[in-house]
Amino acid sequence: MTVNGLAVPGPARREEPNEPVLEVRGLCVDYGLGRDAVRAVNDADLVLRRGEVLGIAGESGSGKSTLAYALTRLLRAPGVITGGDVLFHSRGADGQTTTVDLLAADVHQLRQYRWSEIAVVFQSAMHALNPVARVEDQLTDVLRVHRPEMSREERRARAVEMLRMVGINADRLRSYPHELSGGMRQRVMIAMALILQPQIVIMDEPTTALDVVTQREILEELMTLRDRLGFAVIFITHDLSLLIELADSIAIMYAGRIVERAKASELFHAPRHPYSLGLLSSFPSLHGERVRMEGIPGSPPSLAAMPAGCTFHPRCPYVMDLCRTEEPPLARPLSEGGGRVTACWLQDGRHDPPEPLARAVPLVSSVADADDLSRSTS
Amino acid sequence: MSVVGVSTALPAGNEPKRKSRFTRSPKIIAGAAILVFFIFIAIFGPTIAPHSASWQASNSSAFAQPPSSKFWLGTDRQQHDILSQLLSGGRSTMVIAFVAGIVASILSILFGVTAGYMGGVVDEVLSIIANIFLALPGLVILMVIMKPLPPGDTDNPILIGSVIALTAWAYGARVLRAQTLALRDQDYVESARVIGERKPRIIFSEILPNLLPILASSFIFTVIYGISIYIVLSILGIINPAQASWGTMIQSANGASAMISNDWWWYAPPALCVALLGIGLALLNFGIDEIVNPRVRSRRGSRRGVRFQLGLTPVMRAKGSHGSGSKPPSNPSPGVPAPVLEGED
Amino acid sequence: MTGTTEPTEPTEPTGAAGDPGDTELSQPARSAGSVGPAELSADAEPSDVVHGPRRPGVPALEARGLVKHFPIHSGIGRTLLVHAVENISIALPAGTVTAVVGESGSGKSTLARLLTGLIKPTAGEVLLDGVPVGTGAKARRKYTSSVHLVLQDPFSSLNSVHTVRYHLERPLKLHSKLGRAERAQRMRELLERVSLTPAENYLDKYPHELSGGQRQRVAIARGLAVEPRVLLADEPVSMLDVSIRLGVLNLLDDLRSGENLATMYVTHDIASARYLADCIVVMYAGQVVESGPATQITDSPTHPYTQLLLSAAPDPARAETPVLGGRGAPPSLINPPPGCRFHPRCPFAMRVCATTTPAPRPVGEDHVSACWLHASGLTEDQREPLVATAEAVPVPVSAAAAGDLPDDGSQA
Repeated sequence: MTVNGLAVPGPARREEPNEPVLEVRGLCVDYGLGRDAVRAVNDADLVLRRGEVLGIAGESGSGKSTLAYALTRLLRAPGVITGGDVLFHSRGADGQTTTVDLLAADVHQLRQYRWSEIAVVFQSAMHALNPVARVEDQLTDVLRVHRPEMSREERRARAVEMLRMVGINADRLRSYPHELSGGMRQRVMIAMALILQPQIVIMDEPTTALDVVTQREILEELMTLRDRLGFAVIFITHDLSLLIELADSIAIMYAGRIVERAKASELFHAPRHPYSLGLLSSFPSLHGERVRMEGIPGSPPSLAAMPAGCTFHPRCPYVMDLCRTEEPPLARPLSEGGGRVTACWLQDGRHDPPEPLARAVPLVSSVADADDLSRSTS
Repeated sequence: MSVVGVSTALPAGNEPKRKSRFTRSPKIIAGAAILVFFIFIAIFGPTIAPHSASWQASNSSAFAQPPSSKFWLGTDRQQHDILSQLLSGGRSTMVIAFVAGIVASILSILFGVTAGYMGGVVDEVLSIIANIFLALPGLVILMVIMKPLPPGDTDNPILIGSVIALTAWAYGARVLRAQTLALRDQDYVESARVIGERKPRIIFSEILPNLLPILASSFIFTVIYGISIYIVLSILGIINPAQASWGTMIQSANGASAMISNDWWWYAPPALCVALLGIGLALLNFGIDEIVNPRVRSRRGSRRGVRFQLGLTPVMRAKGSHGSGSKPPSNPSPGVPAPVLEGED
Repeated sequence: MTGTTEPTEPTEPTGAAGDPGDTELSQPARSAGSVGPAELSADAEPSDVVHGPRRPGVPALEARGLVKHFPIHSGIGRTLLVHAVENISIALPAGTVTAVVGESGSGKSTLARLLTGLIKPTAGEVLLDGVPVGTGAKARRKYTSSVHLVLQDPFSSLNSVHTVRYHLERPLKLHSKLGRAERAQRMRELLERVSLTPAENYLDKYPHELSGGQRQRVAIARGLAVEPRVLLADEPVSMLDVSIRLGVLNLLDDLRSGENLATMYVTHDIASARYLADCIVVMYAGQVVESGPATQITDSPTHPYTQLLLSAAPDPARAETPVLGGRGAPPSLINPPPGCRFHPRCPFAMRVCATTTPAPRPVGEDHVSACWLHASGLTEDQREPLVATAEAVPVPVSAAAAGDLPDDGSQA
């Protein structure tokens, strides 16, 4: 598979992965300028493939939202992108792929891609929707701006179709946002994001404020739509347990850095970074014995006062002397193949990682592990 | 017990930073300087004035004398020294304005906070009273109240200030009521009730401190209002003209057609003093508003050539590919290692 | 079972007069008389079932038949009632954690506030150590020193104009006769109790200088200041960062044994309820639908709503995508559906569900479920599936087995 002549290397793959639609290389984002600047995202690398759900997880302040907003250059002042590339491989209607560096694009180019190719769904639908405009007008306005060739009736028909796809009755078209429940508002937001059939949808905690049942319904609908329309999703959340169910691959962020990137099932069954392990053990399980969990001690560092070496070392239970001084690179653990990378000295091949960080990667995602993964009778 | 969530990186020394926000705001510094200057005049003006306010130069001129080395700001037609009147007249103006501000603030707290916190019938009755006062034309009421007062009372600054306050508290009360309504349901108020705090304690200790910024703003607003109303009442002749104040100075200048005869030194100094005091108070008000309400804070954006624009995060890449003109590499060179392109399955 | 309630105030939750189908179903209610005297009478009077962990002795806090209807004014002269909490009896014994789980609008927060005494119940009573709580100022004072509430948002539950010292000192001044030095000593102990050490570093901090987890610890420390018997925690961790949540949950766990506290943990997160609680009470639309030992509720839920909650909860160990049994949203509490309030969403809904509120029935040891699926002796007519949705109605898996559970089997 080639993208504009660039051969996608992939020696170890068993099946053809989809081509990348968004590539982020070495992205750095600062807040403020000069001496006051703090680094919020440091050297982030990501690849989003067509039709894939890429999850970004981390605590608040880890830079996960900053990263996503920087990609679309929607980050507000005093945010400044200080390095890296964001390559968007846009596939046109004719099937041709053109590559755009979003960081070099001017405001007109960005306007051309935003929303129509890269849409964003925010956490608070109430704030993102215009409170004094009807749902119908908000949906058709998007079309009027980006698809001027459509007639009024076509726009309306498209709005109705979109709402139906996200599970809202057409009789809600005349409603104002405040007349809708939280779940419905978030569905309208998703409908608005998808109405131009973008190639990428960035979702920033889209269901955090919703009840679990509503959240599950919306995510189900989103996945169905993804299968149908083929867009890729960047899903940002603090809820790692949800992300593991939802995402294809996951990037874990800590203090502005990506510390581990792996397939969701690999991450769940065999985390390689102590922070990933800590996050995973911060979510009580619905099954098995009840055991006391300790989570991660301490709290994340302030961006203005980053610890030297590995930024996680003050909280890390497996800290070594090396960690206090040298920052580990994001690299493939030497002990294994596969597409995962982690930034931890324990995985550099010279150290023996402790058992929780050296679990075998399951061969198939639905492996009958010896762990307490027995399904409940729900 | 697990020691979890104990941060080692506490933002140390936040307290001085908080104070310095006030001292760093140029608006607050300028406003406070002006205010301090006028308070100084109000306190020491009569003592440093070369003459008393009622002193008349013993020459028989029928004209106001322009500024001279003898009379720095000239005299009025009755040969009063303008500088002396100006310095002595500040006190009553300031006292009236501040009395008006204090009394109006107390009234607006009593009505607004009580109505907001208690709710129900209390709220409705108090709100009706406040609305009536809000609807009444303040100036007319003042004239009706003050006109029959004997002249001896109309130069009592505390009485005048209190009467002005009567017409000025209602707006503040409404604002405070609305804010109290919002604060009443705050979790910390609920927590205070859970631990068994009584109502007065909750109002004064939990709610009122959080209203201080609003209170400060409405106090300053009322002081400005009090000054202007007092000037207007003076010009209308309702304030006893024998009392030396900036208002009565303007009134006597106006009455003697000083504007027509171009005796600018007569009416300009008191008018400028009033204007300057008003500006100082307004600057203070804006400055407090900026600190309390960060959205108003002016954004110091365009430093170092970086322009912050909504929806277009600036890019400052070290390698010089910065700028909107440069085209992206449409054909990324194969030499650049792609980040995660090792096989994922 | 801790106690029974006299049916002093018969509260009829389904009072909607003009509901279609109401008349149709007076028949089955009568015909069920053959089954057993106690079987179908439950919706007319407060039920005997007291939810919460079973412990010998008098529970620290007990609520009997709590009902809360909020009046709301709409338009001119029209007053509507929000049926926020219906007939809930719950006992919180010392040294236990009871989790109340439900979606927003389930009435779980209202229940917590009813137990604090901040709002007065429409009916029912609250007993502190077995003694009904009086209404006078003195009784209120004693109550506020014994029952404390920890709120969801640690950013707003502390007043930003006061220091940590103020927040801790107020309850001590209000409820104890300690001198200045003793108060200072007690405040240090409190901060150490919630792992904010050294205490001197925190006493003079303002809330904005603390992190979310630290604030929540201060809020809990304030709650512990006067050595309460009962801690009501309303979503205490939902606003906190993931890595800090466990710390606060573990603190509540420590307080259960260390201070012998009776804790009510209100949450929407059933996994954390399973982690922390002895007993889980599941609420839906103002009513308790199921309660029992925590692991039993999550491992073998018997109420369709509990099953729905569990299938919707994030679970990384899940192999295949869950099938949600019961889409849609909770009903309006102004005009709640008659019968079982879950029946419009329930995939197993039967005709009886639409007309008669199911009483909580024992389905296991200390495990009750308010669902007709577990009632014995329903007629064929009553069992007829309620085909309200276009979707195919799944076959209730556990209905046949659980429905024949002997009534007196575990009620002793």
